[in-house]
Amino acid sequence: MTESRPAGRRLPVTVTVNGVARTADAEPRRTLSDFVRHDLGLTGTHVGCEHGVCGACTVLIDGDPVRSCLVLAVSAQGHDVTTVEGLGQPDTVTELGPVQRAFRDCHALQCGFCTPGFLTTITAGIAENPTPTRDEAVDMIAGNLCRCTGYQNIVEAVLTAARYAAGDDTPGGPAGHGAAGVEH
Amino acid sequence: MKPPPFTWHGPRSVDEAIAVLGEVGSEGKVLAGGQSLLPVLAMRLAAPAHLVDINAVEGLDTITVDASGVTIGALVRHTGLLRHPAAGNAQPLIPQALSCVAHATIRNRGTTVGSLAHADPSGEMTSVLALLGGSITAQSTRGARTIAAADFFVGPLESTLAPDELVVSAHFPGTVREPGTTSGTAFAEIARRHGDYALCGVAAIARVDAGGALLSLRCGYLSVSEVPLVLELTDAWNDSERAAVELARVGVDPSSDIHATAEYRRSLAGVLTARVARTAIAKARSVPELRAG
Repeated sequence: MTESRPAGRRLPVTVTVNGVARTADAEPRRTLSDFVRHDLGLTGTHVGCEHGVCGACTVLIDGDPVRSCLVLAVSAQGHDVTTVEGLGQPDTVTELGPVQRAFRDCHALQCGFCTPGFLTTITAGIAENPTPTRDEAVDMIAGNLCRCTGYQNIVEAVLTAARYAAGDDTPGGPAGHGAAGVEH
Repeated sequence: MKPPPFTWHGPRSVDEAIAVLGEVGSEGKVLAGGQSLLPVLAMRLAAPAHLVDINAVEGLDTITVDASGVTIGALVRHTGLLRHPAAGNAQPLIPQALSCVAHATIRNRGTTVGSLAHADPSGEMTSVLALLGGSITAQSTRGARTIAAADFFVGPLESTLAPDELVVSAHFPGTVREPGTTSGTAFAEIARRHGDYALCGVAAIARVDAGGALLSLRCGYLSVSEVPLVLELTDAWNDSERAAVELARVGVDPSSDIHATAEYRRSLAGVLTARVARTAIAKARSVPELRAG
């Protein structure tokens, strides 16, 4: 039978967020981005443009990066969602995942608004391509807007994150400064 | 920037989906990937009273490759089709054009059939479907019908799909294999950022004989006309590259907007035509000939 939900009527939506099954009531027009922020209280996902241009709200659905402002919460029913809160590594000293450490070490953020979208995108990107070239790193982040950094250090962070994820912990640095940042 | 209220329907089968569409008629809109529909709702450019969400419908996520080409179900995401090697072998234009469709995050969610149904003349795959002479199959409680691309696109964001119809699949013809001939394809577009809407894009299919002489050259255009445009350039190219480029420049009908003037888009159509035609012809000439018998 086709399930139907009248406009304005809130009904339960269950998604597995960062490994934990979570349920909250949402009306049909609730976007996944608002659902995780307002209904589940996970405010790490940032909402920028709300029409799929800026990439700030990117989360992973079943491992693939998608814009959570362009997915209805009800469409995500039963799926796995990973938000920026799920990217840490609680068993390590810093509790940061490799992409987060790379962003810190490369100074790849200033105001930080766009950062959650970059972190989720790059996490999936280096899982798919563990050894990106500089061009591939640029392409990986082409769908995310940052208005502070000018991208150089974010590209550096992609390359550094790939190394960290592969177990090479030689620190990265901002473009043109650290050992990892100089390319001749 | 929130979508206006709507009643949500979550059918589990094609029969359920078309039953709902039959009831809600022109008040309804189909939601698949939502990468074009949700921005339209967020910006309040449309306010359908009913959304028929087909994301949980069984059996619509299949890719079938056979001698006739590639048939994809309505829930095949761009990424799924892009990563399907057999589909790319059967019709190389599919991955060539798909890799230019938006950004990876959009391709992960957006469906190829959805972008065809959206009928955006800036869409890469609408242009490819038109160039290949492909078709879409629509279903309603009144039955199923297959619509040729040439009869499907009638205006910007406008198709001949009836309000109660669901596009269940699209068919992209494969490479034509005739003894003594070989073919090649190419796709190129210019966008301010890779992944943005193209200012102009061109797809080409060329076929040559065993001696390398050009038998056929056809190009498909996006972002330079109100419906996907296909131009037959064989005779012009055999005359000279300049003649083919000129035919493309006068054949397109671009508009000016904040991204580019009509004249600039026309210029791009000429430049890209030469580029993809050269590539497609070179590829056709480098393919080992298919022997008769």
